[in-house]
Amino acid sequence: MSVRPADLRPCAAVGLRRSDEPVTVDAGSATRWPVITKAPSRMAVRPNLTDYEATCASFTWDAARAALDGLPDGGLNIAHEAVDRHASGPRRDAEALRFVRADGSTRSLSYADLAEASSRFAAVLQGLGVGRGERVFSLLGRCPELFTGVLGTFKNGSVFCPLFSAFGPEPVSQRLRLGRGRVLLTTRALYRRKVAPVRDDLPDLAHVLLVDADGSPEPGTLDLAELLQRSVPSREIAATRPEDPALLHFTSGTTGTPKGAVHVHDAVVAHYATGLYALDLHPGDVYWCTADPGWVTGMSYGVIAPLVHGVTALVDEAEMDADRWYRLLAEHRVTVWYTAPTALRMLMRAGTERARAHDLSALRFVASVGEPLNPEVVVWGQEAWGLPVHDNWWQTETGGIMIANLVATEIRPGSMGRPLPGVEVGLVARDADGAPVIQDGVAVLVTDPDVEGELALRPGWPSMFRGHLDEEERYRRCFAGGWYLTGDLARRDADGYYWFVGRGDDVIKSSGHLIGPFEVESCLMEHPAVAEAGVIGVPDAVAGQVVKAFVLLRPGHVPSEELRLSILALARKRLGAAVAPREIAFAESLPKTKSGKILRRLLRARELGLPEGDLSTLEAGR
Amino acid sequence: MTEQEAQETVRAAIGEIAPDVDPTDLTEGARLREDLELDSLDFLRVLETIAARTAVDIPEDAYAEVATVGGLTGYLTARG
Repeated sequence: MSVRPADLRPCAAVGLRRSDEPVTVDAGSATRWPVITKAPSRMAVRPNLTDYEATCASFTWDAARAALDGLPDGGLNIAHEAVDRHASGPRRDAEALRFVRADGSTRSLSYADLAEASSRFAAVLQGLGVGRGERVFSLLGRCPELFTGVLGTFKNGSVFCPLFSAFGPEPVSQRLRLGRGRVLLTTRALYRRKVAPVRDDLPDLAHVLLVDADGSPEPGTLDLAELLQRSVPSREIAATRPEDPALLHFTSGTTGTPKGAVHVHDAVVAHYATGLYALDLHPGDVYWCTADPGWVTGMSYGVIAPLVHGVTALVDEAEMDADRWYRLLAEHRVTVWYTAPTALRMLMRAGTERARAHDLSALRFVASVGEPLNPEVVVWGQEAWGLPVHDNWWQTETGGIMIANLVATEIRPGSMGRPLPGVEVGLVARDADGAPVIQDGVAVLVTDPDVEGELALRPGWPSMFRGHLDEEERYRRCFAGGWYLTGDLARRDADGYYWFVGRGDDVIKSSGHLIGPFEVESCLMEHPAVAEAGVIGVPDAVAGQVVKAFVLLRPGHVPSEELRLSILALARKRLGAAVAPREIAFAESLPKTKSGKILRRLLRARELGLPEGDLSTLEAGR
Repeated sequence: MTEQEAQETVRAAIGEIAPDVDPTDLTEGARLREDLELDSLDFLRVLETIAARTAVDIPEDAYAEVATVGGLTGYLTARG
C-alpha cells in the first residue's frame, strides 16, 4: 500500500467510483434537458392544482385551515385532524396504515383502530405523569407502535421527537440530552446497544418503553404492551392551541451541537395543503412515502399528510431492495409514491428491465425529495414506469414542501420547481463573505433571472419552525431583513423555476440527510491518534455526497491502513453508519484561517480540483 | 474460489467498509443490513470491494441471495 502523506490524497481508497467520477448532481444546467410537458385534461384523475397562477393568487392559509376540523374554541391538534375526525366519520373503517413485514405479509390499522390505539398510548403517558409539552422520543424502525406513539403523544399534548434508528449511541444520547427526553419508545436491542450504556447521563429520561419486551422488560424499562393493555383510553384529546409545540426535529449545522427545530400543531395546515397540491393526494389513494419517520420527511409526509387526507399509507418495515420495492408498488397498487434521490439512483442502477417486469399501472404520481434530483433520473422515470419524477424542495425548518414540480405543470428536469401556493420565495443577495446583504433592515433581493442568491422564505407559513430548543439566539440568526434564510444557494430562471446551486455553508448532504461536519470532526478527535480533523462532502454517484474526513495525526503516530480502520471503526461505533465518514485520508496539515478555524471550503476545493478562491485569510505556511 | 478463500474475501471486505463490526458477529446466518447494521451504501461498497478483488460482479438480482454472510460466501464460492 502506498502512503502519500505529503498531500491530501487518500492513503487507501475505500470506494472504487468516488471522487474521480463525474458529478451527477448537475444543478444549474437549465437548458440541457428538454422540458417535460403535461396534459392535465387527459389525466385519469383530475389534478388538485390545475391553474397554478390562479391558485397562487387566491390561496390563503386561513382558507386551507378551514378545510380542517379544529377543536372547540379555536384549538387545533394534529391527531384529531389526522385520525379522530376520520374515525368518527365515514372513513372509520377505511385502511389508514398498511404495514408490510420483511416476509411480505401485511397488517393493517383502520382509522378507528388507530384512534383507539393512539388514545391508549396517550393514556399510558398520562398514567406515567408525562405532561403537556414534555418530550417523548422514539428510536424505532417503521413499526405500528411508532405511529400510535406519535399520535398518542399529540393527543396527550406532549411533544414527539423521532430519532433515526441507524444513529449510533453518540447522536442518540446527545439528542436525548439536548431535548431533555422524558420518555423513550424503543426496542430491546436498540436500548441495550445505544441507550443502556449512557442511561446514567440522561437524568431527564424517566421512562423507557420497550415495544418488544414480551413480558420481561430490561432493568430500568417498561413493557409497553402491558401498559397499553392496562390503560383506559379516553376519547378526550388535549386542548392544544395552534401554536403549541407538537414536534421536535433535530438537524445539523456547520458548527456546534445539533439544533432542535420546534414545530407546532398549526403545521398540520401545511401538511394538508401541500399533500393536496404537491403530492396530489385524492381520496382512495394508496400512498407510499419511503422515508423513515426518524427524519422530517417520514414524519410530515409518512405519518401526518396521508392521514390528514384520509388515504391509505403503505409502510415498509424492511430495508430498501429494488425488486422488493417494485413488488410493493405493483402488488399494493400504489398510486402516489414519494421517495428520495438515493433510492431512485439505486433503482436506476438496477436497470429499466426490472421496473418493466412489474405492473406499475396504478401509479399516477412520483415525487422525490432529499437533495437535488439529477435530470437523468427525472427523465429515466418515464422510461422505467412511464412517469417522470417530480423533484421538490424543503428542509427540516420549513416542516413541509415549499417548492415543487407539480402534477399538472411542466417539469424542467434538474429544477426544484416553483413555490407552492401560500409560499413566498426570494433570493437574497450575498456579499463577498457569503453574508446576506441587508440595507436599512431590508434584504436586498436578486431579481435578474439566472443569478445566484440565498434561497429565502417569507415567514408566515404554518409549518415554519418556531424555535431552536433552548437556543433563541441561534434561531434569531436564521432570519434577516424580513426573511428566513435557508442556507441553500439557488437561481431562478425567467419563468420562475428554481435551480439548486449548492449549500451556502459547510453542511454535508448525504442520502438526503444533513450532516454537520463539526459533529463528525469532534468524534474523530476522540481517537487517541488524531490531533485534528477536517470533514467535507465529496460527490457520490448514489448518495449525492458522502462524508470524507481528513485527519492529522498526533506526534508518534504514522499513517497505516490499520490506523485508518481503527479511526473509522470508532466513528462508526459512535456516530452510526449514516453519519460516520465513508472515507478517511491522512493529511500532513489542514488549511486553517488565521483564527485557527479549519477551512473546509479549501479542503473541498483541493479535493475536487476546484479554484481555491480567496486565500487572504489563510494561516501562513498552509 | 475455495470456500475458505471466499470467507476471507467477505471478512476482509466487511472489515474495511465497516471495521466497527465485531468479527465474531460474522456468522453464517448474520444479515449484513439488519444484524451487522450496514446501510445501503455500505452494502454497495462491500460488493464493489469484492468485485475489485475477485472480478466477481454481483448483479442486483442476486442481492437477496447475498444478504447474509453465508449467502455472500456461497455466491463467491460458486462463481469466483
